[in-house]
Amino acid sequence: MKKGRFGAFGGQFVSEALMGALGELDEALSRFGKDPAFTATLDSYLAEFAGRPTPLTFCRNLSDDLGFRVCLKREDLLHGGAHKLNNTLGQALLARFMGKKRLIAETGAGQHGVATAIAGAVLGLPVEVYMGEVDMARQQPNVYRMELMGAKVIPVTSGTRTLKDAVNEALRDWASSVRDTHYLLGSVVGPHPFPLMVREFQSVIGREARGQVLGKEGRLPDAVIACVGGGSNAIGIFHPFLRDDVRLIGVEAGGEGLGSGRHGASLCGGSPGVLHGALSYLLQDGDGQVLETHSLAAGLDYPGVGPEHAMLKDSGRVEYTAVTDREALAAFTLLSRREGIIPALESAHAVAQLVKMKGELGRDDIVIVNLSGRGDKDLEQAARLTGGLA
Amino acid sequence: MTRIGDLFGRLGRPAFIAYLVAGHPDTAGFTVAARAAIGGGADILELGMPFSDPVADGPTIQHAHTRALGAGMTVDRYFDAVRGIREVSEIPIVLMVYCNTVYRRGVERFYHEAREAGADAVLIVDMPPEEGERALAAARENQLDQVFLVAPSTSEERLGLVAGSGSGFLYLASLLGVTGARDRLSGEASRLIGRVRPRTRLPLAVGFGISRPEHAQALKEAGADGIIVGSAIVDLVETHAGDPDRMAREIRGFITGMRDALGD
Repeated sequence: MKKGRFGAFGGQFVSEALMGALGELDEALSRFGKDPAFTATLDSYLAEFAGRPTPLTFCRNLSDDLGFRVCLKREDLLHGGAHKLNNTLGQALLARFMGKKRLIAETGAGQHGVATAIAGAVLGLPVEVYMGEVDMARQQPNVYRMELMGAKVIPVTSGTRTLKDAVNEALRDWASSVRDTHYLLGSVVGPHPFPLMVREFQSVIGREARGQVLGKEGRLPDAVIACVGGGSNAIGIFHPFLRDDVRLIGVEAGGEGLGSGRHGASLCGGSPGVLHGALSYLLQDGDGQVLETHSLAAGLDYPGVGPEHAMLKDSGRVEYTAVTDREALAAFTLLSRREGIIPALESAHAVAQLVKMKGELGRDDIVIVNLSGRGDKDLEQAARLTGGLA
Repeated sequence: MTRIGDLFGRLGRPAFIAYLVAGHPDTAGFTVAARAAIGGGADILELGMPFSDPVADGPTIQHAHTRALGAGMTVDRYFDAVRGIREVSEIPIVLMVYCNTVYRRGVERFYHEAREAGADAVLIVDMPPEEGERALAAARENQLDQVFLVAPSTSEERLGLVAGSGSGFLYLASLLGVTGARDRLSGEASRLIGRVRPRTRLPLAVGFGISRPEHAQALKEAGADGIIVGSAIVDLVETHAGDPDRMAREIRGFITGMRDALGD
């Protein structure tokens, strides 16, 4: 396999200005990734600051309802309320080891921006976050959270003024600031080594979950389910199970339905193409122009997906499916009522897939869902959509 | 020898390379702009294919891409635009595109169509030589030059690879960052020419941030074989989109001024 590739996918499709920085990052990753000083520091931040390990929660009520054993990997309990901090602490620390003086990031819903602001604050690095104007209006509390922790939020007014354009602006900034700035990319997308690096930092989810289920149940699960936008929480939990005989299911944003053209399901409804530095599946027209996406979950509202997912789709190792806005919203309510856990709308897509599997599995079958984030950020939107807030 | 190689061989002064966004502001307006650029004395035309996500470009060219797409620009019309110019002029044409345009079309098909339409070279902005195997093969197959970029951040190790991979000319980015007119010329340009010159026999054309005759003059003195101006011309197209005669006059006047600074 070619360097920086996942099968045919991945690569480094960037302008020349960034090639030096990508090489430098690749080198730093191989050097510090195995450096005991780096890993010990990261582990201590993950344990004492972020709250790892996160629990694996057995869901008694939901298991009764569905007729099989349901466990949740509780990334919603990680500091910041989502799995994003695993990656931002790792990359921010790496940036500090590399002697970089400034962090930039993109954010859609604001979760990755908040996680970058947290990492920047605790590690003493200034942070600037690019965020689409449309998203800033939708996610005002997260803008305030970032600013409270000292990050500067820069409104993006180009293109569709959402996540994709925030990535574009961050890449443009990086093209002129590479010498002293680290671009802290938030998912397993982008040019090599980002997809590999983010996977390394997120795989802690799957390593823990694998150990926890073996400890509790004495065996591996029958299936693992995660939602897929860019795909970092999914790769994080899937990767340590890839060589096991375990079904892996990635759930994309079906939006208003795959047939409607209004969705964010790059793997289920897209085709191979190059965006943001990598060859992967992409929502695009016949000329390769990138299409607008739709999902009620801002974190899944992205036209591309990580290249490793593209490979795992083509090889058949991971099943990819999509659930609609409506199904996700129903799952959001269900998990809240039955288990007292309010999931992020993104994670609710994975829960919705669980519901769809009712009747397919036996009583003793075990399914783990990666509950990648908590739903506090979505309360207002969900209340509006379900008619729960007067 | 290719049209581009031939041009640099006989000019005896730095070439003036004009960048336009194809289909900007619309099909008719683009035709006016392209003819004005040729009439004003451009030696080479660089034609950008509009892309939804032009990450290497600054606000001026981004906006032009968006506007051209809004006016109905497609890859088919892009090749039509090349054919349209070829009907009236032998000026060398460089296609400047983002990778996904080529990938989606099919690499081999894109190069074949480029050749058929009368283009001379292809520059894929977001494709370093490491990713260029198929494109380079297709370029050779169709006798097109493949132009690569060199940036101030290109390391000594990679410089050999980049300089050795391209043909036609090397595109030297005069500054670290995205395209866009700047008031002052970056000091990195002459340093970069000095670093690259011993590594290649290809002509060196400098772009990014160039907008004034004094920039052209300074680059000539620094030993550039060509200068590339994009945003400053695209800005004239945009500003005078509603008045094609004025647009044509402004573009011709601007290029004449730049050409004068480059000498005869």
